Amino acid sequence: MNDQTAMNSYRNQPDEDGRFGIHGGRFVAETLMPLILNVEKAWKDSLTDQDFIDELNYYRKHYIGRPSAMYFAERLTAHFGGAKLYMKRDELNHTGAHKINNVLGQALLAKRMGKTKIIAETGAGQHGVASATACALFDMECEVFMGAEDVERQKPNVDRMRLLGAKVHPVTSGTGTLKDAMNEALRYWVSNAETHFYIIGTAAGPHPYPAMVRDFQSIIGIEAREQIIEAEGKLPDAIVACIGGGSNALGLFHPFLDDESVDIYGVEAAGKGIETGDHAASLTGGVPGVLHGNRTYLLQDADGQIKDAYSISAGLDYPGIGPEHAWLHETGRVNYVSATDEDALEYFRLCSRLEGIIPALEPSHALAFIGSMIGDMDKDQVVLMNMCGRGDKDLGAVLPMLEERGQL
Amino acid sequence: MRIAAAFEKAKAEGRAALGIFITAGDPDLDTSRQILMGLPEQGVDFVELGMPFSDPMADGPSIQAASLRALKAGVKLADVLALATEFRAAHPDVPLILMGYYNPIYIYGVDRFLNEAKAAGVDGLIMVDLPPEEDQELCLPARDAGLDFIRLITPTTDDNRMPVVLANSSGFVYYVSITGITGTRSASADSIKAAMERIRNASDLPAVVGFGIKTADQVREAATHADGVVVGSAVVDELANSLDEKGAATSATVSKTLALAKELASGRQRDV
Repeated sequence: MNDQTAMNSYRNQPDEDGRFGIHGGRFVAETLMPLILNVEKAWKDSLTDQDFIDELNYYRKHYIGRPSAMYFAERLTAHFGGAKLYMKRDELNHTGAHKINNVLGQALLAKRMGKTKIIAETGAGQHGVASATACALFDMECEVFMGAEDVERQKPNVDRMRLLGAKVHPVTSGTGTLKDAMNEALRYWVSNAETHFYIIGTAAGPHPYPAMVRDFQSIIGIEAREQIIEAEGKLPDAIVACIGGGSNALGLFHPFLDDESVDIYGVEAAGKGIETGDHAASLTGGVPGVLHGNRTYLLQDADGQIKDAYSISAGLDYPGIGPEHAWLHETGRVNYVSATDEDALEYFRLCSRLEGIIPALEPSHALAFIGSMIGDMDKDQVVLMNMCGRGDKDLGAVLPMLEERGQL
Repeated sequence: MRIAAAFEKAKAEGRAALGIFITAGDPDLDTSRQILMGLPEQGVDFVELGMPFSDPMADGPSIQAASLRALKAGVKLADVLALATEFRAAHPDVPLILMGYYNPIYIYGVDRFLNEAKAAGVDGLIMVDLPPEEDQELCLPARDAGLDFIRLITPTTDDNRMPVVLANSSGFVYYVSITGITGTRSASADSIKAAMERIRNASDLPAVVGFGIKTADQVREAATHADGVVVGSAVVDELANSLDEKGAATSATVSKTLALAKELASGRQRDV
């Protein structure tokens, strides 16, 4: 597909130790090491197993509803008055976000390994819902770890998980958000190592998770690359996605990494503003460190203690980022930028009013960045963004704020 | 040398060596210093000093809380090293092992940390989140600096993996007796016995058992099979129970914690 040799490609990471440059790796307790090695072996075997590939494709088509649509956002394009804006409609997936792409892949892998019990962590609840969904489908037990604060602010998703048959464990340790949910999920996995499979929800954690999650999500970019070429007869000039851990972004970016003419932007959550310290922008405001099984950029203090992230979006509220993003940042291939809560809120409303699409708060960050640059581009240029989730889950948080501003 | 000598001494006395874990700076530096200094007199043969970390992913609620108390008290890695220096001055022969997670060391700087730890009189390191696959990070530099890198063997470490885990380890072998986090369930004597046999077949290092050992009776039982026994969460719990409502030390904190250490030391003698 690409004319670059493997040596020069941005797409042949990680190395066999799971390193993306200095990032990634396998920083886990010995109890988990044999399991992680087993997961790696099962995943590698699955890559050449036609039965597995066929089964995954079957569920992608008939259960998730792939390929997801490629949509020309005509009214937003007119509003911005610059380049044409296209949306990859991954919010139309079953369960309403990109998370299911990864979950179905890992659940099928768990099934292949003979595991019938699943662990998942969740922030906004989208990964938890996707995991609970796959577990219902494949008759597996599902234990979801969710920060107690997130259980409060994402109640509709908690109800969905319970209805689907999952057990939701509210996590009160630490600050009760996604970081603590991940700690607790890892602790639970250490304690149930022989019986459970841990479905990590983002492209982070110990090797092979960052690469495996990226590969399951890359269906987004593979489809999008074909669809945009079909629609426009050329590659896009820029592609944009929001980043918490970064799995939807890598899914979109990875198939485009060797297309040199394509500018790539990852949008982190700037929360109340980077300068306030209340944000979740690990690349913009963090330094490399080791947490949750991998080395990557982390929000931390001078003594290596992890700081709490903050964002209006529970799905971006994480003090780290997938290790491949850390590497793409250092190589300069991807530009990492940020958008604040206020920006995201504005574009949440704008997209709803102009396109009839209620975006999740997460991709609203991507839209906000696009709003800041697309007007300066030429009308024959093309920007593609990943609409990675729908906003129903955010209404409880967003509506009071819009009401307060008199914007409803 | 101190580690080997301590196990030799215990062996010569027909008993196991007792190790006690406390978190440095829990609930504050001064109280922690008094407890640390008093441990050897209670019959404790070696000390594992926990380096507080915000996200201790292999620890149960007790040691998580201890870490957070220490961090709240403002304890830094440099303070932990200073405590180690004081301990070494007072107790020239008692092995001191630092236990924790990699990130604070990575941020402090590996070489700087190793030089200062060696100078402080630290004997070894136990790093929960550094498996042999990451030996180049800290294990190999630690050995070059003259510090033992003590490795955890767990119930999930099978016979094929055992040599990989033992390859660059020294000091002693720490057997995590349960698949779980610290301070939760306890292993059966039979499973400990079987694991000790597996480890002795694979290594000449002293075999130490920990995780889930809480009482003097459990120490006595484990001592029948192991060269050493470590108690952590139970000691941390005793300390926590003595704190006031705000989590601050009381007049009973040091004495109660040391009294438990003494009681646990009574279990060092093997069942016959």
